[in-house]
Amino acid sequence: MGENQVFAPKSERKAKMKITREDVLRVAELAHLELTPEEVELYRGQLDEILSYIGKLEELDVSRVEPMAQVLFEAPGGSHPELRDDVVRPCDVADAILAQAPDAAKPFFRVPRVIEK
Amino acid sequence: MSAAMTWTIAGVRSALLAKNISARELAKEFFAAIDRRNPELNAYLTLSPERAYAQADRVDAAVARGEALGPLAGVPIGVKDVISTRGLRSTCGSKILENYVPPYDATAVERLEAAGAVILGKTNCDEFAMGSSTENSAYGPVRNPIAMDRVPGGSSGGSAAAVAAGLAVAALGTDTGGSIRQPGACCGIPALMPTYGRVSRYGLIAFASSLDRIGPFAGNVADAAAVLGVMAGHDPNDSTSAAVPPADYAAELDKPVQGLRIGVPEDYFGEGLDTEVKEKVQAGIALLERLGCRRIPLKMPHTDYAIATYYIVATAEASSNLARYDGVRYGLRVPGTTLIEMYRATRERGFGAEVKRRIMLGTYALSAGYYDAYYLRAMKVRSLIARDFSDAFQKVDAIVTPTSPTPAFRLGEKTADPLQMYLADIYTVTGSLAGVPGISVPCGRTKAGLPVGLQIFGPHFGEGRVLQLANAFEKGGGATV
Repeated sequence: MGENQVFAPKSERKAKMKITREDVLRVAELAHLELTPEEVELYRGQLDEILSYIGKLEELDVSRVEPMAQVLFEAPGGSHPELRDDVVRPCDVADAILAQAPDAAKPFFRVPRVIEK
Repeated sequence: MSAAMTWTIAGVRSALLAKNISARELAKEFFAAIDRRNPELNAYLTLSPERAYAQADRVDAAVARGEALGPLAGVPIGVKDVISTRGLRSTCGSKILENYVPPYDATAVERLEAAGAVILGKTNCDEFAMGSSTENSAYGPVRNPIAMDRVPGGSSGGSAAAVAAGLAVAALGTDTGGSIRQPGACCGIPALMPTYGRVSRYGLIAFASSLDRIGPFAGNVADAAAVLGVMAGHDPNDSTSAAVPPADYAAELDKPVQGLRIGVPEDYFGEGLDTEVKEKVQAGIALLERLGCRRIPLKMPHTDYAIATYYIVATAEASSNLARYDGVRYGLRVPGTTLIEMYRATRERGFGAEVKRRIMLGTYALSAGYYDAYYLRAMKVRSLIARDFSDAFQKVDAIVTPTSPTPAFRLGEKTADPLQMYLADIYTVTGSLAGVPGISVPCGRTKAGLPVGLQIFGPHFGEGRVLQLANAFEKGGGATV
């Protein structure tokens, strides 16, 4: 901890929530992350602390508030952002895209076995 | 600081027109400076001399033929490595894209080059722009050219350090929660985050799509305005880019600031703000008052919830965006006997600790049973934070705050404590969530000589106002208050 540590996490918040080892393993599986045992323990503690801090959002009454998923605004003059017409445009980049692939068999990406026996 | 810091966009232009220097000679001068300084700063990850000299030669040919020059003709520029450059490696500071060479240019890059800019190379950054110190780069940290034992801020630390050290006249950064403004403050240069939708995100490799923005670092406010002017405007390739015509930012710069109402929210001056930073920002506000602005006290009551909101919204979006790195289409592949094993092994080896942490946090916040408690709640609080801004802009023309609660911290100081690192963005994430434009301008230095940044927010598409105030502040001596 350095001289600039100024926002000590509030200890009363810390006790509130507990992230378990099982939570970490479940999330890692959902996210396709393979964690070492050391990482599981490290992330358990860190996620617990971060989520405890985030728990402060519970202080607010949001029952009458609309969620904001995206910044949307009316343009000056009240017009709304225009959506483009749904027309097919040629996009001749298949070769350039496949050139980036770790394993390509034109026109496909080649991957290991997908279906288990 | 290198002598190259003395180059401005206007200076480049007049030197080219007077034939005091060619664009090729200027590029060569910058590459020589990079050769000298970059080994210690680590600001650039990849250089693009062939591309730069070819562009410089085009500019020199135009000068020789007496043709009209583009607004950035011959201007040496650095580009953050999360922005796609055709044929030029773009790693995002990650091992998972170590050998990735984009097949197309970002719209911002295309527009800069069409205006004559000379792209010197790609600048270092936190992995996938996740960080506040540039210590999360897989290619080593960047050092702050003002104080070599300090971080340059982040995540666009390489771009900020390059401009501050005179290794580029301007540079592109990206800002999701403060990643342009905070490194601008740490390195003592102007740094602008435009309105969400003002600059196309096409070709910006996504971190959090509802928050990500491209913007400039420059040696002075006028140069930041010039770079914005070239990039701004609708792009059919980005459905979130706004159909709002850009202003003439250069013409806005010198408009008088007398009578402008500047809101000062008390919520940005409370617990956690470093004393010296507070004093400098107060002195900066006093300077704006001397320049004729009217100071209006404000309350923005949801400010204290912004970090918590941001770290749910941004990580949720990141967990979705970064699902694409699976070893199939591009980047690293670590072999596995099944597809799932390949995914897991690739992501385990390819991602660094902070990226994994944020993917886990975002996945958790979106997972069954937690979506309502975390993600939905955070989106609702985001509405409240945006409302704080729209309410404020009923009463004021701009909002003035500190950019960062502390000056640049020491390398390694916060790496073991992710939450403390996140709190470095406490004053910047608010504007990110609300979608408004914001700039950080130099506002004096601490006794130890570390730069302080003053942040100026404007209403949506109010870049002209923000630049006008920042320019008056800079001309009025803001850097030495």
